[in-house]
Amino acid sequence: MTSVRRLPTQEITTATDTREILANARRDTEFYGLDDYFIVDVDSHHVELDSWPEILGYLDSPVMRDTASQMMRNWPQASHLALHNHPPGLTMQDVSGRIPHQASLGESTPDVGSGAERDVTLVRRAMDAMSIDVQVVFPQPMLETGLHPQPEVATALLQAYNRWFTAEVLPREPRIRTMLGLPFENPDACLATIEEFADTPGVIGFLVTSQRHAGVHRNAYMPVYRELERRGLPIGFHAGPNQADTMTSTMNRFLSAHAMSFVTCNMTHMTNWVVNGIPERFPGLRTIWIESGLAWLPFMMQRLDHEYSMRQSDAPLLTRPPSHYIREMYYTSQPMEWTDDKLLAATLEAIDAENTLMYSSDWPHWDFDVPGRIAALPFVSEHGKRNILGETARKVFSLGG
Amino acid sequence: MTTTTSTPRAVDVAAAGDVPERGRLVVEIDGTTTVGIFRFGGRLYAWENRCAHQGGPACQGRIISRVRERLDEGKRSLGLRFDEDTMHVVCPWHGYEYDVTTGRHPGVPGASLRSFPVVEEEGRIRVTV
Repeated sequence: MTSVRRLPTQEITTATDTREILANARRDTEFYGLDDYFIVDVDSHHVELDSWPEILGYLDSPVMRDTASQMMRNWPQASHLALHNHPPGLTMQDVSGRIPHQASLGESTPDVGSGAERDVTLVRRAMDAMSIDVQVVFPQPMLETGLHPQPEVATALLQAYNRWFTAEVLPREPRIRTMLGLPFENPDACLATIEEFADTPGVIGFLVTSQRHAGVHRNAYMPVYRELERRGLPIGFHAGPNQADTMTSTMNRFLSAHAMSFVTCNMTHMTNWVVNGIPERFPGLRTIWIESGLAWLPFMMQRLDHEYSMRQSDAPLLTRPPSHYIREMYYTSQPMEWTDDKLLAATLEAIDAENTLMYSSDWPHWDFDVPGRIAALPFVSEHGKRNILGETARKVFSLGG
Repeated sequence: MTTTTSTPRAVDVAAAGDVPERGRLVVEIDGTTTVGIFRFGGRLYAWENRCAHQGGPACQGRIISRVRERLDEGKRSLGLRFDEDTMHVVCPWHGYEYDVTTGRHPGVPGASLRSFPVVEEEGRIRVTV
C-alpha cells in the first residue's frame, strides 16, 4: 500500500522549526554513519540581539546602563540595538528572503522563560539535527564590534556579553562551548577578560573579532598572547563582513563585499601575524582562523613565500618560509569553497587539512555547511575525515573523552 | 544515495486543483521519497526535494521569478527586474535557485534537481517514483 503524506510545511519560512529546516541533514547522518563520528562544530552562532535587554543588564558601568536603558525606552526600534554598531548591510544576508533562517529563527519555543533558555533550545535543535556532539557558539552582529566608533563602549558590551553568556547560557548545556571575544582595543582589558573567564567551564579559548584596524603585531598585545600560551588556550580570529572600508565601498552587491571582506580581514591579520614572527615568539600558542573559508590559503602561502625569499630582512624573526607557519596553524572549514575538485584537493593538501582543519557549520548563517560536506570529500582519508569532523578539535581544545 | 524503490510506479498524489498556477505541492511518498510538484504555464513538473548543492529541501523554498539585469544600447545598467516569464524555486538552505521547468540552476552548469514523471489525468496528479 503506497502512502502519500503532504508535508505540513509547504514553504520554509522564518517561523519554521529548526528541526524541520534541517530535516534533510538526517539523510547524510544515515548515509555516512555520522552518529559514529565525534563531531565538533567549531563555529556556530546564536542571535544575541534577541536577548539584548538581558545582556545590557550585565553592563558594569551605571552610566552606560543608564544610556542603554534610555536608548531602549526612547528610541523606536532600539530595544534590541541600544549601544550597538549593527551595520545596515547585514540585513542583506538572507538574499531577499530566499534564505529565511539567516534573517530569523522565529520558531516556537514553548515553556522558555528567557533569551538564554531560548538560545539553548535552538542550539540543541540544530545540534541534534546535524548529529553534532559539541558546538562552539558565537554571537553574530557583535562580531562587528571591532568597528564600533567608541572603543570603550565596545569593551563594555563585550564584557557584559561575556558575563551573560557564561552565567546564563553555558551552565544550561554542557555540549555548548565558546571562545569569548577579547576587547582588543584595550590590551589590559584583554588580560582582565582572560583572567576572569579562562577557568569558566565551557570557555575553551578566546577570540579576536577580525573586522578592526588594529595591527595584531603591536607590542601591547604580547602579554595577551603570552598569557594565552601559558594557559594553553587557543586564540581565534573570527572573520566578519564590512561593506564600508576603502575596498568594499566600491562594491555595489552584497555578494561582492561578503566574498571579499570575510577573507581580507583575516588575510591582513595573518600577514602581520606571520611576518612579525608571532609564531616564533609564542610557539605554543595555537592559532585558529575562523569563517574565512579555505581558498585564500594557497594564495597567502605562495604570495608571502615569494616575497619573503627576496626580502628576508623585512621578517627577521622567521627561520622558515611563511607557508611553513601557515601550515602549522588551524582552520575552520566553513564556507568550504567546493566548486572545483582539483583546486579544493590541492588546498587541503597545502594546509595539511587532515591535521589542521576543523569542521564548522556556521549555522544559522546563509552559507552554512552540514557535516555531510566533510564526509563526502572524495580525496580525504577516513582518518582525515574523523580528524576534521572532531578529533583535531578534541586535541586543540583539550576536550578529553 | 537512492531514495526510491527499484520498480517505478505511478502514485496518485493529489487532485489537480491542489497545485494552482505558480503553486506547488510537496509530498512524501512511502516515507522515503519527497517530491515537489509545480505548475507553470499550465504544465506540471515534479522534482525531488533534495538540492544538488548540499541536499537541502529545495522544493520547500521561496517561489520567485528569475532576476535579470537590464542594459541599454550603450551597455549601461538600467537596474534589476523580475522576469515574469520564469518561475524559480529557491533552496532555503543556501539559495540555490532552480527553474521549475528544467530543474536547472540558471548559472551553475550541472546543478539540477532529479526529475520524476508527472501526469494529470481525470482531475488527478500522478507521479511515477
